[in-house]
Amino acid sequence: MEPESLPPTANASELHEILEPGHTFGSVTDKIASIVLRRRTKRGWIAGFLIGLSLLMLLNVAVCYLFAVGVGIWGIRIPVAWGFAIVNFVWWIGIGHAGTLISAILLLLRQKWRTSINRFAEAMTLFAVSCAGLFPILHLGRPWLAYWLFPYFPNYMGTWPQFRSPLVWDVFAVSTYATVSLLFWFVGLIPDLATLRDRAKSRVKKVIYGMFAMGWRGSAVHWSRYETASLLLAGLATPLVVSVHTVVSFDFAVAMVPGWHTTIFPPYFVAGAIYSGFAMVMTLAIPIRKYYELEDFITLRHLDNMAKVMLATGLIVAYGYMTETFMAFYSGNQFDRYAIINRMTGPYAILYWSLIACNIAIPQSLWSRRVRRNIPALFVLSLIINVGMWLERFVIVVISLSRDFIPSAWGMYYPTRWDWATYVGTIGLFLTLLFLFIRYLPVISISEMRSLVEEVDAEGGK
Amino acid sequence: MSQIFHRSTNTISRLSIYGGVFIIAGLSFALYAIGRSPYYTDVNVAKMQPVPFSHRHHAGELGLDCRYCHTSVENSSFAGLPPTQTCMTCHSQIWVTSPMLEPVRASYRDDKSIAWTRVNALPDFVYFNHSIHISKGIGCTTCHGPIADMPLTYRANTLQMGWCLECHRQPEKYVRPRDKVFDPWYQPPSDQLALGRLLVKEYKIQSLTNCDTCHR
Repeated sequence: MEPESLPPTANASELHEILEPGHTFGSVTDKIASIVLRRRTKRGWIAGFLIGLSLLMLLNVAVCYLFAVGVGIWGIRIPVAWGFAIVNFVWWIGIGHAGTLISAILLLLRQKWRTSINRFAEAMTLFAVSCAGLFPILHLGRPWLAYWLFPYFPNYMGTWPQFRSPLVWDVFAVSTYATVSLLFWFVGLIPDLATLRDRAKSRVKKVIYGMFAMGWRGSAVHWSRYETASLLLAGLATPLVVSVHTVVSFDFAVAMVPGWHTTIFPPYFVAGAIYSGFAMVMTLAIPIRKYYELEDFITLRHLDNMAKVMLATGLIVAYGYMTETFMAFYSGNQFDRYAIINRMTGPYAILYWSLIACNIAIPQSLWSRRVRRNIPALFVLSLIINVGMWLERFVIVVISLSRDFIPSAWGMYYPTRWDWATYVGTIGLFLTLLFLFIRYLPVISISEMRSLVEEVDAEGGK
Repeated sequence: MSQIFHRSTNTISRLSIYGGVFIIAGLSFALYAIGRSPYYTDVNVAKMQPVPFSHRHHAGELGLDCRYCHTSVENSSFAGLPPTQTCMTCHSQIWVTSPMLEPVRASYRDDKSIAWTRVNALPDFVYFNHSIHISKGIGCTTCHGPIADMPLTYRANTLQMGWCLECHRQPEKYVRPRDKVFDPWYQPPSDQLALGRLLVKEYKIQSLTNCDTCHR
């Protein structure tokens, strides 16, 4: 993308902070490609992959049982018809947003520190969207008719989906998001796939990487087209960062349920999505950089920057909570008011206060530079935020539905073991995909790191 | 370094792009065609029955009224399948030794219903009521086809939702005078639309297309 024509955006010391000095084109390529091309698989990888795979098998069992018996195996009962499935859908979709933000918006803003984290953040997006996409389909009751969600012609029903429903907008938002994310990720991978093709020893690897490298030879024409394509895709992906979770929030905001029907939802959902997404990037980046000795590429500066983004988006989320509470009382609407009081003091109050602790109180420690540069602390914090954001979705979905207008229609929601199995199972799907990605594709963009090396050399007064 | 791929790979990869488009288009068309084919919809597929009952003979040639056997069609959701006793009103007198009718006699003797094979069936999630259609001037043959000309009964229409909606959206194209509802030979007049509009008004037919009209 970058270098020559652009004005320098970072001074020498900043560049040194995002890539340890002393690296050459060769050393960068060796380091990153070796994770993929080494013959023997590391034991830790095998262990991690097996954990992921066994959880994935749990998902397999849960889904097969679901298909055989129906959604009654979950805890969803009227009035709470949207249980774990929707909570997890929103949670996973939100997590994906950091990847898109890093790869699209930070690319357009020429933030150089995105370079070493964008590849696996994008992969994370893709895998998170895969997990998210499962839930609404599993929740349908007749999942084999999921294609009814799409308008297609001619169909046997002689009718279209209800275009006035945000649930239909969701179908478009999420499928567009998945498509653009996949394309963006794949286009970015092409030069690296060619590098792997050229460095691979075995015939099989050469052919497979060669096929996906699509005949990349690294000519000037190739690079020019590659950069145009990347820019176009970044342009396409940028509005998606905001639009996807806005549409997801409409699923709630357009409904009349007290606790859902508020205009603050779109911005605060988007902020929450980026918040949880960065937390997840952090959760993944810290072990990966440690285990594969990538500290030179994913530096403290990266973690520090991500922590700052988390702090900022976390504050926006906190503002969202406050506005919600304020508006409930300011509106004078007894149902809105009760929805908030019920959150704070009702049967699920413990979850609400845990959410406040996880999402607002504890992350305030990120104001301290010492915490932002303390890796174990960051890791724990990122996990806490992930939990907090999951709780937020639980609070919104379940608490609001469990007590709406008429007390006679109230009811509690308790997740069953199958709810948990499906949720944990998608974590298994995510881990499995992630481990496969780490082993078979470069976790950091080799080509972009090379151009960063050049800049470090140039700016560093070589 | 030798090349991994042969020269021809360039052509193959380009072709595969077009190929992909055609394969997807072809698959979609195939799925659509299967969904509309008698294989899937049972349209025009005569079902084997325990007794080869002929609507052509009974309703067409003999001119029995539909309601002689399907007694509840005017006031129930279900048109009703006749009990063996109904068959025996005639067949205790005529064709009494026909081997073809042995299952009917056996059913009467043993007091066990004949297990007819269902020809027209809707899924359980669809609410359908015969009586309202009859009383609003929708003829038997509008849905059941040329029943008086069927030696063995077959399904004349797909019963797919799009087919239901054709009429629910424009009832004036199909409605007929009430006294013609059970006429198996009824042909719509050349000015059906004009007549239809008149009848829609007279019978106060609403164009019900809400989901919960049928999916209750």
